[in-house]
Formats: sequence, C-alpha cells, structure tokens
Amino acid sequence: MKRVSIDPITRLEGHGKIDIFLDEQGNVANAYLQIPELRGFERFCVGRPVEEMPNLTSRICGVCPEAHHMAASKALDALFHVDPPDTAKKLRELFYSIFFATDHTTHFYALGGPDFVVGPEAPKAERNILGVVQKVGLEIGGKVIKMRHVGHHLIQMMGGRRVHPNWGLPGGISHGITEEQRKEIEAAGREAIEFAKFSLQLFDKLVLQNSEYVDLVTGDVYVHKTYSMGMVDGNNHVNFYDGMIRVVGPDGSEHAKYHPADYREYIAERVEPWSYLKFPYLKKVGWKGFVDGPESGIYRATPLSRLNAADGMATPLAQKEYQRFYEVLGGKPVHHTLATHWARLIELLFATERWVELASDPKITGRDFRVLPKEKPTEGVGCVEAPRGTLTHHYATDERGLVVKANLIVGTTNNNAPICMSVQRAAQKLIRNGELREGLLNKVEMAFRAYDPCFGCATHSLPGQMPLEVRIRDPLGNLLHRLRQNID
Amino acid sequence: MIAQNKGKLAVYWAASCGGCEIAILAIDEKILDVSKHFDIVFWPCATDGKVRDVEKMADGSIDVCLFNGGIRTSEQEYMARLLRRKSKVLVAFGSCASEGCIPGLANLSNRKEIFHTVYHETPSTENPKGVEPQHVTDVPEGKLYLPVFYDTLFTLDQVVDVDYYLPGCPPEAERIWDAITAILENKLPPKGAVIGANTTVCDECPRKRTEKKIRKFYRTWEIIPDEETCLLEQGLVCAGVATRAGCGAKCPKVNSPCIGCYGVNDGVVDFGARLMSALASVIDSDAPEEIDRIIREGIPDPAGTFYRFSLAHSLLRRKKKVPDEE
Repeated sequence: MKRVSIDPITRLEGHGKIDIFLDEQGNVANAYLQIPELRGFERFCVGRPVEEMPNLTSRICGVCPEAHHMAASKALDALFHVDPPDTAKKLRELFYSIFFATDHTTHFYALGGPDFVVGPEAPKAERNILGVVQKVGLEIGGKVIKMRHVGHHLIQMMGGRRVHPNWGLPGGISHGITEEQRKEIEAAGREAIEFAKFSLQLFDKLVLQNSEYVDLVTGDVYVHKTYSMGMVDGNNHVNFYDGMIRVVGPDGSEHAKYHPADYREYIAERVEPWSYLKFPYLKKVGWKGFVDGPESGIYRATPLSRLNAADGMATPLAQKEYQRFYEVLGGKPVHHTLATHWARLIELLFATERWVELASDPKITGRDFRVLPKEKPTEGVGCVEAPRGTLTHHYATDERGLVVKANLIVGTTNNNAPICMSVQRAAQKLIRNGELREGLLNKVEMAFRAYDPCFGCATHSLPGQMPLEVRIRDPLGNLLHRLRQNID
Repeated sequence: MIAQNKGKLAVYWAASCGGCEIAILAIDEKILDVSKHFDIVFWPCATDGKVRDVEKMADGSIDVCLFNGGIRTSEQEYMARLLRRKSKVLVAFGSCASEGCIPGLANLSNRKEIFHTVYHETPSTENPKGVEPQHVTDVPEGKLYLPVFYDTLFTLDQVVDVDYYLPGCPPEAERIWDAITAILENKLPPKGAVIGANTTVCDECPRKRTEKKIRKFYRTWEIIPDEETCLLEQGLVCAGVATRAGCGAKCPKVNSPCIGCYGVNDGVVDFGARLMSALASVIDSDAPEEIDRIIREGIPDPAGTFYRFSLAHSLLRRKKKVPDEE
C-alpha cells in the first residue's frame, strides 16, 4: 500500500481527525482517530497547592467543568482524609445531577439526536438543532432552551458561576443553599422530570416506532462486543457521584468491581506515536490492538456502558425505562453503539429524579456543609462519572499540600480506542468498492457521534461537541471525501 | 460601522477549554440580536464555516473576530495569523487569548517535561518502549501527521497584533453583550484597550470591609470564613483587590476567594506584582523577616498563586529555556 502524504499545514483545524484508508478495491483498509493537541495539566499541576485543583482542572473542559471540579474535590477529601458531612454530599450530588441533566439534554437535542430526529439521510444543513426544532416544533425547541437555561442558572446559584464553579473544598463545599433556593431547585427539578419523560416519549415515537431506525440501531454496523465500565452504588445501581467502579465483560459477567482508589490495578494507558491522546485498556486483560472481544482489554465508558455495568437504576421511573430498554434490545448486555442515545435519555430521567429526591430533602439546607481536615495531606483519588465516561483524578502531595504527582483519566479518553474501532467498522460495513454517498457517509459519522466525544476533556483543549474531520483516501493517498462535524 | 449592511463576525478557539464558547451561547436569546446585525461567517463550534473559505476571503473582510484560546501548536499559530489577516478587528476573547490563563501555567515547565510526565511518568501509563507522539508517523497505509507542540504557550498578542481584549475565564455573558453593543454602536475604546470596567472586584463585592491587618495567610482548607466579612481581612488570599471588575464578585458571593480570572486593571503591567504589593501592604508587620515568614508559610506557591491566570503574559512569561529546547 502506498504511503499517504498529508501536508500538516493544510490540516488546520486543530481538532480530532480520522483518516480512513481505502485499499486497491476501494474497501476500507484501516482508520485512525488522531487527537492533535495536548495541554499538559498533569505536568503543570505539579508544584501547585492541592486545594487549587478543583479550580485548575475545571479548565480542562469548559463544557463539563463541573465533572472535573467534583472529581478534584473528591480527590481532596481522600487526600486530606476527611469525610464531608451528609449535607455536603447531598448538595454536591444535587449540583451534579443538575449538571448531568443539562449536559445530556444538550447532547440529545443538539448533537446526537438530529441524526434520528431529522434522519440520517437528511441534508447536512438540516441535521442540527434548528432542524430538530423545525421537525418537532418551536414549542419543543423552547423547552430545550429553557431546560439548559434553568440548569445553568441553578449551577451558578450553587457553585458560584455558570462556567467554572468555585465551590468544592476538601471536606465539603464553600456555600450552602437557603430554604427559598431549595424550593426553587425542587420546582425546577419537577419540570425537568417532565422534560426527561417527554424526551423518552419523543425517542420512542421517532426511533422505536420506526422499523428502519430500529434496524439501524440493532444491525451489525454499529456493534462492538467490548467490556463495559460504570460507577455503581451499594445496590449495583447506576450512580454518577459516588460508588465503586464495576466492569462487566462482553458477556455481561462481572470482570471487576473496585474502589476508585485502586484504579491503577485495573486500568493502563497506551501511547501511540500518531496521537497526543493515550489509549486506556483493562490492565488485567491486556492490550491486544484495536479489537473487541473478551481477550481484548478495550472497554467502553458511556451511558450505554454504565447501564450494562449496573444491575438497574436507583429511581423508579428510570428503572422502568431500564427494564424496557433491555426487553426491547434483547437482554443484557447491549453492544449496539447507537443504543447509547437511548441510554443517555434514561440517564437524563435518572438525573432529574435524583435531583428532585435530593432537593426535596429538608435537611439539605443545613449549615453543616463543610468540615475542616485535621490530618496532613498525602495522596488521594477522586472519581465521578462524567457524562462521557468514568473520570478519575489522582494527586499526591508533599506535607505542605503541594502537588508532587497528578494523573487524570478523563471521560472521553476511556473511549479513545472504541471510537476508532467504531468508525473503522462502520466504514468497512458501509463503504464498498469506493462508493461514497453523502447519506452513507453520515452513517459513518454516526458511529462516533454516539459517544458524544468531548476532546476538550480528552486533549484538554476543545469544546464538547467534538469537532472532527474524517478524510477518506485511496491507496495513492488522494483525498476522496471529507466528513465534518462542527469544524472548518 | 454596520449601519446599513450586516457585518461579518468570526469566532475561533485555539488552546482553550470551550468555556468561552459556552459563555457566548449563554447570552441566550440575545444571540438572535447578534445574528440580526452580523453574518456569522466562521464559527466552527456552532456553524459549518470552512477554513478553506476563510483562506479565500479578501484580507480585512471579516469585521470582527472573537479569538479565544492561547497558542500552543503550529496549527493554532496558523489560524491566528490567518484570522488576523482576514479581520479588521481582532479581539483576544477571554483569559487564554489575553493572558494565557491556567494552561499558561505550563510555562513553568517545557515540552520535554510535559511529554515526560504525560507519556512516561504518570502512574497508569504503560509505555515500555518509550513511545512519544511524533510530528510524522509511518503506518502501513501511509503517513500520519500531528501539529508541532510548542515549547511555550503564547498569548494571542505574542503571535499577532491584537486590537481589543475581553477578560474573564470565561467572560461573563453580560460583559460579552456589553462588548457586542459597543461594537454595534461604534463606541469602541482606543485600539489596544480592554473592553470592560476599570474598577476592581472589591468594588463589586458586597462584603464588609474595615481595616486590613494580616498576621497570617490561611489556605482555603484551614479556616471556614464568615460569609459577610472581607475574605482578605480573614486571611484568605483573595485576588479581588488586584482583579478587574466585571464578574459581579461571583466567587466571594459563594464564600470562595476571587482567583483573579478577570486580569489586571488598565495601566497595570503585571498582575502578580500588583497582587503581591496589595498583599504586602496589608501585612501587619514592619519586620522584613516576619513579613517574609508570613508570606512563605501562607503562600507556598507564589508563582502559581500570583500568576494563576497571567503567567504567559507576565513579566516572568516562562521558565528559563535551556539551550537544547526548540
């Protein structure tokens, strides 16, 4: 196969890129997902006072700063050996549930949803939020905007700022809420539950009632039998804020259930020379290349994976949807990548139910939202589920509490290898003998959009709707076609 | 400037987190006013403009470009130069483009150390062969390219000429709207100005202030401050005294010290020097050794504390280079 020469100066976008190489017959030979940036947080956090970490690491990503802020705050709890009071834990989880609901809403309506709502074969110009509004009506568009607006308003009310909160501390948070604020949050939460239910109904109507879409979701184009990772509570139910990390195999059996502090025994990261982003895999299974199956350590950490890795949902409405999900899709685990969109909406419902549950608790307005650490700082791991996967922050300090070591494994990074594989498989299934139709190519794009990849997190530089360019080349390296999401 | 015809607006990001884009979207329904007055000709995050199209535009044909993010790679530098050439008015939008922001703290290190930490030292990395990302990699099917990762993070004005600055990490939606209004009404300040208030966060802060006399600085985890008194008076290193107003003192309102994301006031060259002198003036001692002890004990990381957002643009700028770099 001939070498492909790409002039780096023409590769301007500074965003994720996938090169798909075709062989002599016009069939897919290989695909590479490249992440062209790095900012080096793990290096420059060294030397900083560790209490700065929630504020410094939130700058990894302006789309999900709440996730980094929270993982960092939990790492501080561990590092200072301090257990936050119940009020603090409830407030943190409430804040986090609001964030999750807001973020999942954005993805479904603006990013992933348009493929289904307006259709994968629709013209590109319509496959966006405006196309969705046109299809489902202005009233629904208004609901989406309101949901996001209210979410950001409450995030600012609690954490100080809409983007980049300044709130988390070892042993709790800096500020509580009043009874008046609690009532406002609760009322907004009740509306949010209705919005989540409505979103699931919409998905049902538009996707599940359409046999063509169901075939697309359950067909063999978008399937990878990988391990699944997610955080679970004491009942093995999905939790975003706290719990054990559970990993199940491609057959659904438990591979591991570990405390986040032990992550190094279970996760390793591989370096490839052609990407700035590392490739995590299950250490005990090992790296076997970009392949799925029980022998390959590649795992996924997505809304779908979280459902697979758990035994159910902790709230009643979400649990019903969870059961239905597996009934319709033929039992656990589900490996159909596009089912991630549905799983995301079930998580949206769970987040809103948990939001109301926590906001209804009169004790949440207590003044005991913070305790001071009494022990010297040492080392700590903090873990939450970010919307795009399990997020791990790990710091060690000297006795003055200055960071000597920082390690971050962020949401999208977990899915680096699976995204690459998903694109390759979709391309292999859909591109035959050099045929490159627009609708077909969008279906290739759909393979990565399901992950809601956020390379802001992963490369520590880009916004949540991952800008990505896919280039398809013939064996001579000639550019046959480009696919784009949110770029140049 | 655009009384009759719609103006042309571009928005771009380089080495940033995406928070600036979220902040622009947070102006909510006013975004419709923006689109009433401007054609958005290039905004990769929200619309489908193409770099190739920008390259084809006549020089100076974009009326206003809001550029967020610092410059860390060869691609980002290319985009900064391209958009400078194509834009009449180039705005360094947000802390990263203006002063380097948190990613600018990487200038306390260098490329070699960053690669060593990220690809070799981090405890979950398994890299027995010592692989590092390369500018060019040969794979069986061809060559793969990565942009060059520079040794230094640059602010936008260290790479191209900048007309205006909009501070904040990220800029508050209300201040973004103020700036857009200033552009629309042709009430822009002289070139090189920061678009924003010229008071400090202290002026916006509702906390009670009396006489500041500090005998000890506390780390945030050492005390629970009361919610009404000035945080600096309580011994916390609140940067509000040296930080430009504009945010409405949002952090002090949730009982957290200001971390200085809005940068310096007009006429101040170096944020860190300004904050240091402000803090020194509230220390209740005349003995140099005692002052030294109070600072050392309470502020163990002066570079990271005083230059949290502004290192890349400060008088310090970066760690001293060693000869084999770049």
